[in-house]
Amino acid sequence: MSVTGGGLMHNILVQEADFDATAELAALSAGGAGAVASFIGVVRGAAGGRSLAALRLEHYPGMTEKTLLALADAAASRWELTGCTIIHRTGRLAPGQNIVLVATASPHRAAALAATAFLIDQLKTAAPFWKAEEFSSGEVEWVAARDADHAAAKAWP
Amino acid sequence: MRILYFAWLREKIGLGEEVATLPPEAATPRAVIAWLRQRGGGYAAAFTNEAIIRCAVAQEFCGLDTPLGNADEIAFFPPVTGG
Repeated sequence: MSVTGGGLMHNILVQEADFDATAELAALSAGGAGAVASFIGVVRGAAGGRSLAALRLEHYPGMTEKTLLALADAAASRWELTGCTIIHRTGRLAPGQNIVLVATASPHRAAALAATAFLIDQLKTAAPFWKAEEFSSGEVEWVAARDADHAAAKAWP
Repeated sequence: MRILYFAWLREKIGLGEEVATLPPEAATPRAVIAWLRQRGGGYAAAFTNEAIIRCAVAQEFCGLDTPLGNADEIAFFPPVTGG
């Protein structure tokens, strides 16, 4: 969904389909922003030394979109942004496939880089997504939250 | 009250959501958990350890002792792992 928050147009999507990162970054650049920064999370090929067949991702429809919009608003209130895109996939994703795109546009590179890092750090601990790892052995295990992710999210002043 | 379960709570309980009429004493998420646990089976298995359960009331994260007030939706889940 394209939603307006804090006077800025955010592009917030939760979807099973893949995204076209090139097209999304081009859309953010189109206004002549000056700087566009992005982060793409990709499914790993192994976890804890075990070969991974796929990740399964589920989310809390409604709350997820609200949370991502609030995070985008928070980023836009802290940094001078001209655009913000967050696309998170759900469903069964194979190694190498895209999971999430976070991208921001700003007149200044420092703002775009910082806002992008802020958004992915906060998303990991605040947005209601859950991952299960499907190993090549056939075992399926829910991923445990990582203390390091919480530390990264809290480290933002 | 609409009650939602995610991730391994959904799997242990065997459903993603249900609508239930809560007794008056189930006025906080912790009290709802106690009430659900009495059902036994998958509910007892899912709610064995409250310390690893997170919740949202009206789609906002909250502590287990937050009063439910007039909320009509509550969700239980493990700590989130997106990104």
